[in-house]
Amino acid sequence: MTLLSDPPILDVRGLKKRFGALEVLKGIDFAVAAQELVFVIGPSGSGKSTLLRCCNRLEEPDGGSIRVDGVDLMDKKCDINAMRRRIGMVFQSFNLYPHMTALGNVTLALRKVIGRNRRDADAAGRDALERVGLADKADAYPAELSGGQQQRVAIARALSLEPKIMLFDEPTSALDPELVGSVLAVMRDMRRAGMTMVVVSHEMRFAREAADRVIFMEAGRIVEEGPPERIFSAPENARTRVFVAEIAR
Amino acid sequence: MDVFLHQFLNLEIMRQAWPIIFKGLQMTALLCLAVIPLGLMGGLVLATASLSGSAVLRGAVKVLIDLFRALPPLVLLILIYSGLPFAGLNLSPFAAVCLAFTLNTSSFYGEIYRAGIESIGRGQWEAARSTGLDAGRTFAHVILPQAVRNVLPDLVSNTVEVVKLTSIASVVSFTELLYAADMARSVTFNTSPIVLAAAIYLVLLWPVVRLMSRLEHRVAA
Amino acid sequence: MTPFERFVDTFLNPRMMARYWPDIAQGMLVTVEIALAVVVTGVALGLGLAVLRSYRVRPVNALIVMFVDVLRALPPLVLILIIYFGLPSIGLNLSSYAVLWLVLSLVLGAFAEEIFWAGILSVRKGQWDAARSTGLGFGQTLVSVILPQAVRLTIPPLTNRTIAITKNTALGTVIGVAEIINQAQTAVSFSGNATPLMMGAVAYIVVFMPVVLIGAHVERRFAWRRA
Repeated sequence: MTLLSDPPILDVRGLKKRFGALEVLKGIDFAVAAQELVFVIGPSGSGKSTLLRCCNRLEEPDGGSIRVDGVDLMDKKCDINAMRRRIGMVFQSFNLYPHMTALGNVTLALRKVIGRNRRDADAAGRDALERVGLADKADAYPAELSGGQQQRVAIARALSLEPKIMLFDEPTSALDPELVGSVLAVMRDMRRAGMTMVVVSHEMRFAREAADRVIFMEAGRIVEEGPPERIFSAPENARTRVFVAEIAR
Repeated sequence: MDVFLHQFLNLEIMRQAWPIIFKGLQMTALLCLAVIPLGLMGGLVLATASLSGSAVLRGAVKVLIDLFRALPPLVLLILIYSGLPFAGLNLSPFAAVCLAFTLNTSSFYGEIYRAGIESIGRGQWEAARSTGLDAGRTFAHVILPQAVRNVLPDLVSNTVEVVKLTSIASVVSFTELLYAADMARSVTFNTSPIVLAAAIYLVLLWPVVRLMSRLEHRVAA
Repeated sequence: MTPFERFVDTFLNPRMMARYWPDIAQGMLVTVEIALAVVVTGVALGLGLAVLRSYRVRPVNALIVMFVDVLRALPPLVLILIIYFGLPSIGLNLSSYAVLWLVLSLVLGAFAEEIFWAGILSVRKGQWDAARSTGLGFGQTLVSVILPQAVRLTIPPLTNRTIAITKNTALGTVIGVAEIINQAQTAVSFSGNATPLMMGAVAYIVVFMPVVLIGAHVERRFAWRRA
């Protein structure tokens, strides 16, 4: 159980990001408590992906602060590589390493970053693959796996490092409809196991059943946030209403 | 440092050597004007032959192309330049050099054309033939233009190689740019004339190399 | 003598072949040694420069680009002559073998850098994202994730370019390297017969044809499909 007094796992204040002349994030404040599943929705170009990518500094913020598990990511002394192990990221295009097996993909960071020996790393890797239901595909190459399987391996890759929070950037958008379910099932399991998750996605049904909070972003700002029942059925903000009506179609 | 400048960047010697170096440059230009078109045409002939129905012709062309790609151009040049007179064939130096270079570059151009032609999908052939065009017209009007456009960077790159190749003619005392520069060097005991020749090559080819580089990276990235 | 007999006597003379094949064989050894040395140092240089370039330090990159451009634009023979004749006057005395190896290595290094760099660029950005987001450092990502993928793409153009450049070992004859054609030319002027020239040509084909064929085979095998 989370106590209100526990510090948030992810604490973003006044986040700003520009690409050239374009200001993509105009001052974002948002926090994620332990074990929460936060859904981020919004039209394309609203900055959702950029927000996520700033949270592990794949994009360098231009202003504001990001604290993960109490550590200030923007601090010069912060060891970003060490922090990234605590933040798991899953990408829309999976980004599996094509020249390695599923097990190789999952264990690379374990071996190179944490320095585990081959046997321990493989054991932890198989364990992670087990959790996503792909223990039997450990020796398969990405090219031999379906999209849904590849994404699950990508999830296992992040899970094996035992992160404090998982960030999902449109995890099912590149999948054929019949494969989406397998990935959502894994995400449901993770939620049940108590993982803190931030999900950028269009899967509204999943949001309704699993999200603790839904955040609606537009043009670089958070327009409205609240529990899914409210956001999807009776949003307060007009622009939220327009967007929700659009995607319900 | 002074020694370096005197040996490599001696402007006075460069100035003195300029007249013969300029003549050498003109000869190089002439050589390029002959070899590049001949090579382009020769390559096209070879590539077309490698598509022929006759397995014998295809085999012969493949052996020829592999042969000329395995033989260093200098060796081919010496073979033709020094060897042919033994057989009673007396070509002018210009003709001998042109022949050697054309044989060499035709093989490389031929390989480039062939790769380009092979990269055009069957669909193009089928579409054209199904509108009634015969094989020859299909090749000339549909396949070849696309193939050439696809391999244009490689054709340009190989043409740069041809310009650099002309410097080898200096080995058989053919009076192109490098030979003139080397002459000046042996007379003055100073390397500056060759540095001047290098500068001329850079002026001619650096822009092309830079352009090619940019094209390569845009395609790759 | 019939024309055919004259031809055979001039170009395929058995006596000449018997007399000069040891020299030609010696030349083949020299050619192969220098070629191998050039391949090792040239490819290593190219890979090193491409890796350096991936760190994206502006002034370093400008230098690399300039170096590569110049070496791709200059005929190798020009460089060989400049270095061979110029260096002694500033106190550096390199043997003609060393000069040949040095110039060809630099030229191969320049072309190899461009090929490796194109390979590195062609690896999708998502690969960097994924590796960095699991905490791998820049260097670790480069070595474990990017280069293995980049290198596969570079094999075909690299083999082609390597063959082209190592054939330039023939240029060594100009500065007295006793490689194949040098031996052949000496034999021709001693004997007044063109057979050594033919032997030289055959020797080159014997040395390089297998390489050309292996190269074509390697090219076909490494037709890389992106996952």
